[in-house]
Amino acid sequence: MKMERVAITEEAVALVRQLQEQHGELIFHQSGGCCDGSSPMIFEKGDMYLDDSDILLGQIAGVNYYMNQDQFEYWKHTHLTVAITKGRGSSFSLEIPLGYRFMIHSRLLNDEENAALNK
Amino acid sequence: MSYSKPNFKEKYGNFINGEFVDPMDGTYFENTSPIDNTLIAHYPRSKQADVDHAVAAANAAKDAWGNTSAAARAALLNKVADIIEANLEEFALVETCDNGKPIRETMNADIPLAIDHWRYFAAVIRAEEGSATELDEHTLSMNIKEPLGVIAQIIPWNFPLLMLSWKLPPALAAGNCVILKPAEQTPSSATLLMEKIAEVFPPGVVNIIHGFGPEAGKPLASHTGVNKVAFTGETTTGQLIMQYASKNLNPVTMELGGKSPNIFFNSVMDEDDAFLDKAIEGAVLFAFNQGEVCTCPSRLLVQEDIYDEFMERVIARTKAIVQNNPYDSSCMVGAQASNDQYEKILSYIKIGKEEGAKVLIGGQASKLEGAFANGFYIQPTILEGHNKMRVFQEEIFGPVVCVTKFKDEAEALEIANDTLYGLGAGVWTRDAHQLYQIPRAIKAGRVWVNCYHAYPAHAPFGGYKKSGFGRENHLMMMNYYRQTKNMLISYDKNKLGFF
Repeated sequence: MKMERVAITEEAVALVRQLQEQHGELIFHQSGGCCDGSSPMIFEKGDMYLDDSDILLGQIAGVNYYMNQDQFEYWKHTHLTVAITKGRGSSFSLEIPLGYRFMIHSRLLNDEENAALNK
Repeated sequence: MSYSKPNFKEKYGNFINGEFVDPMDGTYFENTSPIDNTLIAHYPRSKQADVDHAVAAANAAKDAWGNTSAAARAALLNKVADIIEANLEEFALVETCDNGKPIRETMNADIPLAIDHWRYFAAVIRAEEGSATELDEHTLSMNIKEPLGVIAQIIPWNFPLLMLSWKLPPALAAGNCVILKPAEQTPSSATLLMEKIAEVFPPGVVNIIHGFGPEAGKPLASHTGVNKVAFTGETTTGQLIMQYASKNLNPVTMELGGKSPNIFFNSVMDEDDAFLDKAIEGAVLFAFNQGEVCTCPSRLLVQEDIYDEFMERVIARTKAIVQNNPYDSSCMVGAQASNDQYEKILSYIKIGKEEGAKVLIGGQASKLEGAFANGFYIQPTILEGHNKMRVFQEEIFGPVVCVTKFKDEAEALEIANDTLYGLGAGVWTRDAHQLYQIPRAIKAGRVWVNCYHAYPAHAPFGGYKKSGFGRENHLMMMNYYRQTKNMLISYDKNKLGFF
């Protein structure tokens, strides 16, 4: 079994595809903090400055998923699934004009996953 | 007393250069009320061209506005306060409708506080002075505060008119022109304000642009015609805005949320008196504004020897919370601001349970009857667990508090400071030493001591760590909207003698 930290639902893949057609290459970045924080944001690749402090959690629907390393320390024992919900965030995330918002469902990594991913 | 949904027009415009204008490409978005998920009105889905228009209007107005006297600016700020005050109930109803918060809160907190912030900054600019220093007998150094010019402000949806009133008055008082973008979830009270004060300021001094973050917010934050960006929101957008500002070498201020600890030492239970009653309420303030507060006291830290007894009372008080029609003045906790927030909160409660947190009360959506069945309501929830759980580390932005116990002062501080954020904190004790030493050791910009959730003008508010920087609600905010002109004047008639 392939171990992964992040997955995506079929509905969310369809939305990502739509955004890829509109905007080209994309990245996800996991936000934290106030208001719309704690939600994944999707941007055009290159829009957000990324460096070694951004951990690459994996790739979903061809899109890299990043999280700041400080935040990752508190999140690394959990598995994330990117989903969508109707709604309206107030960030710069590209899906917002479409009337949807990416969100995450989380679960604990099982022992096997934890052993493989958090060595 | 019960009110009902206020009336709105079918659609509204942006407020640019002193008048309401349609979005240039004619597109609008639907704004709904989270109370019952019904339509409020259509608001402009602004794009780059609308932002350009507003930025141009502000730039055209900035020189004249920047040269007005402090007396003239103060008079206009006071006028705005008077207008809001004269229409308090109308503003409160619109705010409740748009955001979902209880009417008793908008009537008694949001709108009165908003009014006072306008008055505070009107007063401050009449009292403050520049500075001058005689460096030697012939040389005078004189500091004159000058406005930056044009300010972009992007505000959140949790306290729409109050956040506007935290940001607009200091920028205007300092002599700047402003383009403010309300959150797309809550455009209504800013629009109502512009209707009421359309004639107060010269055209171009105050501009309101509606629309979505990627389409209107980003062009505004990255605009070369803007001299400073002020933002309240989350960390990723904060980073992006700083990035865009760096291209323009513009200053920024950021308020990015928190995960505030609310610490109760055992002495609070020494007596069963009014203070203990206040402390119990202080713990239950996590549910204030549906938990949609950057400083929500969402981590409850209780000393272990009083834990059981104290929590029994906190749970009882939480149980007594009335969650019903937000237009009814008996309502204490209303609707979450939007469906996506509602879903996010439920997903956090779920991961909290999975991580082993115990639900002491609540833990699910709240089903209201009738028209409110389509609204977004969550039961006030207390989760018991430990500080390494994700529910203790992330801002849930719902009526959810996570409680844990601590042994002594050292452990209380260790837990309190084990967070990425540092916006607010609460310390409750009858011990005179603790009430000074513990707040000093907490890494947060605002520590409430034996109180919580007070936001008076005249007390600076802002974050440490990843909660951002800048200090609002206070005279010091003016300096984030100004630059210092130093005039170095020589009264010496003699040359240097170099050439």
